[in-house]
Amino acid sequence: MTASTEQTLEFGSSLLPSRERREKLRKVRRFRDGFSRYGVGTAGIGVIIALALIFVYLFYEAYPLLKPAAIQVAKEITILADEDSSDTVHLTLDRFETIGGRFSSSGIITFFDVETGKILARENVPVPEGETVTAFGRSESRKSLFVYGFSDGSVLPLKIDYRQTFPQGVRVITPTLEFPLGDEPIRVGGGITGNYSALTIVDGRGGYIVAAGTDSGDIAMAMFRARRNMLTGSVELSREDYDLPSIQRPVTQLFVNESLRNLFAIDEEGALFNIDIVDPKNPRILERVDLVPEGVSATAAAFLVGSRSLIVGGSDGSLSQWILVRNEDTGEANLTRIRGFRQQSGAITFIEPEYSRKGFLAGDDTGRVSLHYATSSVTLKQLEATAEPVVRIAISPINRLALVKAENADHLQVLTIDNPHPQTSLSALWGKVWYEGRGQPEFIWQSSSADDAFESKFSLTPLTIGTLKAALFAMLLATPLAIMGAIYTAYFMAKPMRRIVKPSIELMEALPTVILGFLAGIWLAPYIENHLPIIFVGALLIPFGMLVAGFSWSRLPSGFRGIIPPGWEAALLVPVVIVLGWITVESSPWIELAFFDGSMRQWFTNVGIPYDQRNALIVGLAMGFAVIPTIFSIAEDAVFNVPRHLTQGSLALGATSWQTVVGVVLPTASPGIFSAVMIGFGRAVGETMIVLMASGNSPIVNFNLFEGMRTLAANIAVELPETAVGSTHFRVLFLSALVLLLFTFVLNTVAEVVRQRLRKRYASI
Amino acid sequence: MTTWWKSGSPWVWLNAGAVSISIIMVFGLLLLILVRGFGNFWPHQIVETTYENPVTGEQVEVIGERRRSETLTGQALREAGIPIPDDQVLVTRHLFKLGNRDLTGQDFAYFIDDFMGEWRYPRDITVLERREWGDFLGTPVRLIEDGQVVAEGEALWPEFQKRLARSNRLFDEIRQIEREEIGNINFRLERVRLDQRRAELRGTLTPELEQEFVSRRAALNEEYAVLQERLRNLSAENRRDAIVMRAPNGEEPTIRLEQIVKAWQPNNMSIPAKVAFYIDDFIGFIVGYPREANTEGGIFPAIFGTVVMVLVMSILVTPFGVLAAIYLREYAKQGALLKTIRISVYNLAGVPSIVFGVFGLGFFIYLTGGAIDRTFYPEALPAPTFGTPGLFWASLTLALLTLPVVIVSTEEGLARIPASLREGSLALGATKGETLWQVVVPLATPAMMTGLILAIARAAGEVAPLMLVGVVKLAPTLPIDGNFPFLHLERKIMHLGFHIYDVGFQSPNAEAAEQLVYATALILVLLIVVLNLTAITVRNHLREKYRAEGD
Repeated sequence: MTASTEQTLEFGSSLLPSRERREKLRKVRRFRDGFSRYGVGTAGIGVIIALALIFVYLFYEAYPLLKPAAIQVAKEITILADEDSSDTVHLTLDRFETIGGRFSSSGIITFFDVETGKILARENVPVPEGETVTAFGRSESRKSLFVYGFSDGSVLPLKIDYRQTFPQGVRVITPTLEFPLGDEPIRVGGGITGNYSALTIVDGRGGYIVAAGTDSGDIAMAMFRARRNMLTGSVELSREDYDLPSIQRPVTQLFVNESLRNLFAIDEEGALFNIDIVDPKNPRILERVDLVPEGVSATAAAFLVGSRSLIVGGSDGSLSQWILVRNEDTGEANLTRIRGFRQQSGAITFIEPEYSRKGFLAGDDTGRVSLHYATSSVTLKQLEATAEPVVRIAISPINRLALVKAENADHLQVLTIDNPHPQTSLSALWGKVWYEGRGQPEFIWQSSSADDAFESKFSLTPLTIGTLKAALFAMLLATPLAIMGAIYTAYFMAKPMRRIVKPSIELMEALPTVILGFLAGIWLAPYIENHLPIIFVGALLIPFGMLVAGFSWSRLPSGFRGIIPPGWEAALLVPVVIVLGWITVESSPWIELAFFDGSMRQWFTNVGIPYDQRNALIVGLAMGFAVIPTIFSIAEDAVFNVPRHLTQGSLALGATSWQTVVGVVLPTASPGIFSAVMIGFGRAVGETMIVLMASGNSPIVNFNLFEGMRTLAANIAVELPETAVGSTHFRVLFLSALVLLLFTFVLNTVAEVVRQRLRKRYASI
Repeated sequence: MTTWWKSGSPWVWLNAGAVSISIIMVFGLLLLILVRGFGNFWPHQIVETTYENPVTGEQVEVIGERRRSETLTGQALREAGIPIPDDQVLVTRHLFKLGNRDLTGQDFAYFIDDFMGEWRYPRDITVLERREWGDFLGTPVRLIEDGQVVAEGEALWPEFQKRLARSNRLFDEIRQIEREEIGNINFRLERVRLDQRRAELRGTLTPELEQEFVSRRAALNEEYAVLQERLRNLSAENRRDAIVMRAPNGEEPTIRLEQIVKAWQPNNMSIPAKVAFYIDDFIGFIVGYPREANTEGGIFPAIFGTVVMVLVMSILVTPFGVLAAIYLREYAKQGALLKTIRISVYNLAGVPSIVFGVFGLGFFIYLTGGAIDRTFYPEALPAPTFGTPGLFWASLTLALLTLPVVIVSTEEGLARIPASLREGSLALGATKGETLWQVVVPLATPAMMTGLILAIARAAGEVAPLMLVGVVKLAPTLPIDGNFPFLHLERKIMHLGFHIYDVGFQSPNAEAAEQLVYATALILVLLIVVLNLTAITVRNHLREKYRAEGD
């Protein structure tokens, strides 16, 4: 300050600062102005981008669900220095996708590096002196059990185990050969003759089964039960052998499911014999099923993981899935075809199921390999892997690499697979799906289970229906109350009262929904359960009582009526409604006694309407309460802002005030009311806590007022914290969040546009 | 009648009725929360009576507090297997809080009125609030010190009160040591571990440095040993006294005083005594820490967590919301694109909050937090620091959620500033920036405050997104404490709304927790009201101030 004073004194003539100072000041001001412009601009655009990021990010997380699977031939490898030129009976890949294994018909198992083809180890199956390998069978891939059959009629089960060691901190995997059922070849069954034409082994619930079928149709099996000695901890195996009914024709393939209840024997023509082995002493053929049409043979078959469904490939290139479905009438489980897959161009030669989910690879005799998924019934990708017929395929336990061996080829094709989310096709997410173990196609949401071989059921339909159900019942309560209240408050109510009423109702909006949900779940739900008539009596008695009160009021002497000016009817009705409510509550037990044998809830159950304590009615009441202020506030504004001259014109022409409301106010304000309802609906759809606490959260598909539901929002709140990042389940939850976001966003946008138009119209009238 | 009907009056009355119902619902609900929430702390009379079990015919002594009564149809109870006489149509039953969970395994029970004896209110019935196993209801028999009887009969109660006060003092001291001092040592020990690990990762771990870590650790362990010794002495001292109580079933358990939080004889209390007890209980609820899986004790960490979270959110949302609004209104080119952006931003206010929670979990926590951990906290890995739900992410998610509210409100405020003011300022030669920051924005402050109020009101009551991004049922430490850097943004917090959900719906003893949940709900409502009122006062103050300037 002093400096500038001195300056002014010096120049004397002008109060302005010096030229340089002014220039400097100007620069500073320009800089500040620019800083403000660009600073605010950056921040503003940044915020808008941050908000837009919500859409982008949710889409980014959900997008991999829609991405098609990719499968391609990465390279061809030749197993270096492999002198074993006999046929390949089986191929494997380990968990880390570094070691491949080739099982040959001469009884040699060669492990090689998948990158280079270099041989890492070679194991010899102890083939008895002078005999040869005549048959080969295997269990589900994840159990890694195999069985060799020899020319003397004996069989030898074995297991491949990948041992991990960490010498010098580097992971080294060593494949080893194990003999869980003893290293001596055994004879299966009592006295079957002929060559084994099919072998299988299964590690199921309660023990192992090794089963063998011959080309004359005889079938026998050995059952091993493992018993752990409590004192020494050692495992003792006991073995029993059984002969099963002959199917009188050559057995080409044998399967035993993990529950050890059924044995499936398939013949050359594609007929399957379902043999019940629950009681292995009395086995019986349950049924004969033709897996393929006449003239076609079943050339390949395999269990999907969990051994609940069988995939059958035909010589015509067809692929179908079969499961045991319990017949309601007979109580027996019949093998039923539940879906087919896209037909391949040549006869199916081999089917390789995935380790941990319900997908499989199928190869045919034109050299094509295709990737299918059972639950979503899609063929994800087809690939011409070779020109020769495919002989064997191996897929890794993490489903990202596969080996293909073609006929007459001395090399292996290495396929890379990128297929993280095959479960979610459009039809699997929204349509009815026939899941394993179910009687018919259904909508089911069941995202996880303890079982490894669990088929995840990601149908968004039950959740969407639940969401709509909750929102619908909430709107059923909220819409009439809010709109009628809005009309009255905006058009009829006296000014002083409106000043109290409007903020009071809007206060409800600030009330945390968690409190509403808690009251609904803890207080209202049990209360209503014991006093169910309240709802029905109240819905009839209270409006009726209000009319009676109104009519009585109009009959009162006008002097008396004059005490309370018009526009205060709502205040008059408060005591009336309280008294009517009290009557309703008090009469509830008497009504139950008079009409419902003492308990209305029980009565509903007896007439076949299931009743849950936390149900749609409770959710409707609580969420309706939460939605009322939203609708009320917007609708009230719309009605209140109808230009006065319109209503006054109508009244001047002799219309009553109600006629004015119906004829003038409502038509003018209807777009506003419509947008109020839309926004209220949007809020009801996305509301989480009330539904979470008051609905029971069971994902069922119906519109019963007395049963619960699970909504999209509540489902996210329950399941998202516990799911693995990046899994299909995780992404499906992101997808449902995206669905919610888009739905409410579109709803709100429509409402907003309608409102803006209305505002323009009001301005122009 | 017909004319009345034709005039449309019935419709008017029905519309009026809709308003009445809404009003009754709002105030009824508030009343319910108030009554139940405040009623929780009142020392209710304890009933002593006999009950003849209708099924077995067994006669039992009952001591308990009547919680509520309800009238049901006889039929409903007959279906439940209770032999109500056929001619009796209505039955009243009472829910009693019995306490003594450790003896009977039954905290609450329903008693049918017709099978109850006369209700008596003996003065010496005592309620002991214990640190474990809930309340004990019974009559005191004798007071024991190291196995010797110290007081009986008339002298018992005053002596007991004195000794209980001593025991509580000791307990507070023990807890102080456990929570503050040992917590502090643990924090420093962890810091030593992290420092060492960081040095290892960077390859700067010299033998001297390692020696230093060892000595730091040894020093802390020494401190710890001293505290441990003090704790042992205190607990030994605290085990001195015990009281023998008689339960209604005739058992006489001995209860150590260190197990007792407080004791009172409700039937022996005057109204002023009850009021004093009530106030004390209420304060204890506000400032106390939860016990027994949150079903007993206070809710201080939840209140604290909620407030801190809302404050951090306000600090985040205000500048960004205001800047965005200023940009949209003052700087951006007005056109079709801007209109679309504006509608979109407004509409985000109507997007379900859980969607923001999903975004927060995925984008903030897993993506951003994961990256922060890898860059700045590699020494703590694989334990995540910011890559896990916590206070900062909860606040940031809520800030994003409330951003549209602040933007809308601020924009409206800016739009209301008359153009003449701007023009006046510009005509005087002010730049656009100067006009904006010195004329327009100050005048719009009340609108910004309104926006913030709405944001706070929404944020404080929001629970769904928080379940995903940072709220837990029991946080071991508060987000603010005496350890540097004092505000711990990465910590998990407790939250009143989530507390209601958790205790009301996930707790094993829902009946016992119900009262507590009502009280928590009341506190949450009060908190929201207080936050709102504060902000409204600030806004009005600002409005007055700037109105004077604007004129």
